[in-house]
Amino acid sequence: MVLRLLRNRKFVRAFLQAAFLAALIGMIGSGLMIAHESITQQGMSSGFGFLERSTGFNIGFSIIDYDPNASYGRLLLVGTANTILLGVIGIVAASLTGLMVAMMRLSENGSLNAISRTYVEIFRNVPLILQALFWYSVMTHLPPPRQALEAVPHVFLTSRGIFLPVLNVGVAYALGAVGVILAGLVAAMIIRRRDVRAVPSRKTRNARRTVLAAAVLCALILMATGRLEGGLFSLPELRGLNFRGGLTVPPELSALAIAIALYGGAYISEILRAGFNSVPKGQTEAGRALGLSQGQIFRRVRLPLAIRAILPTLTNQYVWLFKATTLGIAVGYSDLFYTVSISITQSGQTLELIGILMMAFLIMNNAISFVLNRINKAIELKGNQTRS
Amino acid sequence: MQTTIADSLPPQRALGKRLRKRFFRTPLDVVITVASVVVAAYVLIPLLDWTIFSAVWSAPEGDASVCHGVEGACWAVIEARWRLIIFGLFPYEEQWRSSIALVVLVVTAILSCVPAFWTVLRLSLLWIVGFAAFYLLMRGGIFGLSVIEPSEWGGLTLTVFFFAAGILIGMPMAICFAMMRRSTLPVISRTMAVIIDGVRSLPLVTILFTAALILPFVLPGWLQGDKIWRVVFGFALFFAAYQAEVIRSGIQAIPSGQDEAAKALGMGYFHRVTRITLPQAFRNALPTTINQFVITFKETSLIVIIGFFDVLASGNAAYGTGEWSFAYVEVYIFVALIYFVFVFSLSLYGAYLERRMRVGQH
Repeated sequence: MVLRLLRNRKFVRAFLQAAFLAALIGMIGSGLMIAHESITQQGMSSGFGFLERSTGFNIGFSIIDYDPNASYGRLLLVGTANTILLGVIGIVAASLTGLMVAMMRLSENGSLNAISRTYVEIFRNVPLILQALFWYSVMTHLPPPRQALEAVPHVFLTSRGIFLPVLNVGVAYALGAVGVILAGLVAAMIIRRRDVRAVPSRKTRNARRTVLAAAVLCALILMATGRLEGGLFSLPELRGLNFRGGLTVPPELSALAIAIALYGGAYISEILRAGFNSVPKGQTEAGRALGLSQGQIFRRVRLPLAIRAILPTLTNQYVWLFKATTLGIAVGYSDLFYTVSISITQSGQTLELIGILMMAFLIMNNAISFVLNRINKAIELKGNQTRS
Repeated sequence: MQTTIADSLPPQRALGKRLRKRFFRTPLDVVITVASVVVAAYVLIPLLDWTIFSAVWSAPEGDASVCHGVEGACWAVIEARWRLIIFGLFPYEEQWRSSIALVVLVVTAILSCVPAFWTVLRLSLLWIVGFAAFYLLMRGGIFGLSVIEPSEWGGLTLTVFFFAAGILIGMPMAICFAMMRRSTLPVISRTMAVIIDGVRSLPLVTILFTAALILPFVLPGWLQGDKIWRVVFGFALFFAAYQAEVIRSGIQAIPSGQDEAAKALGMGYFHRVTRITLPQAFRNALPTTINQFVITFKETSLIVIIGFFDVLASGNAAYGTGEWSFAYVEVYIFVALIYFVFVFSLSLYGAYLERRMRVGQH
């Protein structure tokens, strides 16, 4: 009887799956039970009520308002905002560095090749956290504000951070202006895509220009409304022991941003190089045979084909760089992981806080890969056009 | 006219001509090359002066006073503190054990790069012997060696231990994960896909943190073990999630005829996987696997955040005391150099394997 059942494929398959599920549920269930037991034993409370309690301590750096009376929920929000800030700065800076190095690497000039190769090998083979700690030490060993280094007029490098001049505009208005410009660029791109011709018609060009001009105008009006008192720029000035005015970049943020830019840039340059090298030589030769110029071959043949090879790997790299922001804790940058770990030591709500941390990263990372995968799908080549 | 092979090869030009082509082809190239040489000289000459010519190499009295007022690097800090960086807080009289253990693991790793060891039996035997020797030397408790708990291990030895243990535990896990994800049973493959993708989208730090802090809550007492083993397990899980995808891509590159032929010969599932699928999958995925090892070695440095005293933490401690606190650049360069030697040689080996395999395919 049993033997006959074991010979029955359908039964075996169903049995294996049921056993797998039962084992998984059993593991999770017993884990939860033990967790419940140890929590009640230690007399700790559970649930998310603590999010509304006030924290009573201060943290280093935040781009949104925070004070010791604020709640734990607010603290986590500060952490998330700081993580996103660092992630965006890091990804943009790493992409720019990577692009520059990749162009040097792809050029036919031997000395540029040598420089970029040295850079990539050095920065890719040393752990990111070591680089972050190194730059943090360099930043905090800069001279104090009174003997500040003035690298460029009105830009001061000090051990308390980097002080930059900034447009004298309210933060909300400035963000609004950036948003309007981005919306204008997207609208212009959509208008261009709706025109199927290789050379856009006059109507398309005019529409595109109008949209862009309108966006720039809106942005300028927004900035003018949001103008704060004082001159056009707010300049950092030495008053007493520290600088006032301008934009302060704390040493934690600048150290992490530099480290991520240099480390990520080395990786991204290799991704870009591999992407451009994957474009078959026949494509370039065909372009030359058709009489296209060097610039046209780059813009119309090599770049479009390379982007399609680059994007999937680049997506993974961006997700990786975003995850790398968690080592902010090593230098004391108040990112999401840092705020969660202080909240754990202060409130003791370990399970809930780790749950929030993991959910936040799942959502943010999946958002990055979702957007980039949609772009990848949208520009995918149908058929076998990439064959040489 | 007959053409010989020699005719169809590109003509071998003289070195001078090739150099001219690479560096001085157009006027713009000349400008770029000259500018880069000037910039390089501007950066490199002071750098060389700092690292070598004006540097202080040793401190006879063992304190930092020799470096005061010196323009160059103070390598005396390495002379004074190298034991701390390499061995961490391992007891001073027993540091010979730590150094032999380190050498044993490195030799094991080098031996496993030799193709003669590339069978499942030999490789696992090699690593079991190597790792057991390492563990016995470090922990002691036999042959009259004093017991030193893993919580006292540190420095480079701890870094190498984390790397080796993470991969040794992670690799079998990765194979299981990959096979389960490719399983034809929908419940198993879907669940595994969710688990693998979930682990992959979390930062390693959060997983290590969970392993150190959350596992004691949810595991029964007899399963908890020491903190170091829980963190090694978390590290292995993270490695396994990535490596499972590497192996899966290696499996997908195998023509389906291979598995079908094995089925037609009447081989069972276990035989098909161990004799047909996995050997070919590993061959396909070898360069990516080495790349994964490279990433994993660099990621061992994150255990510093969980409070382990690895080579990075001991580097921090080496300049952390008052007298050497100015020498942070020298210490970081030394630690970076250690990582660089390990990681760069691994990636060179990976590149060599890739070239070798490409030759085999033609």
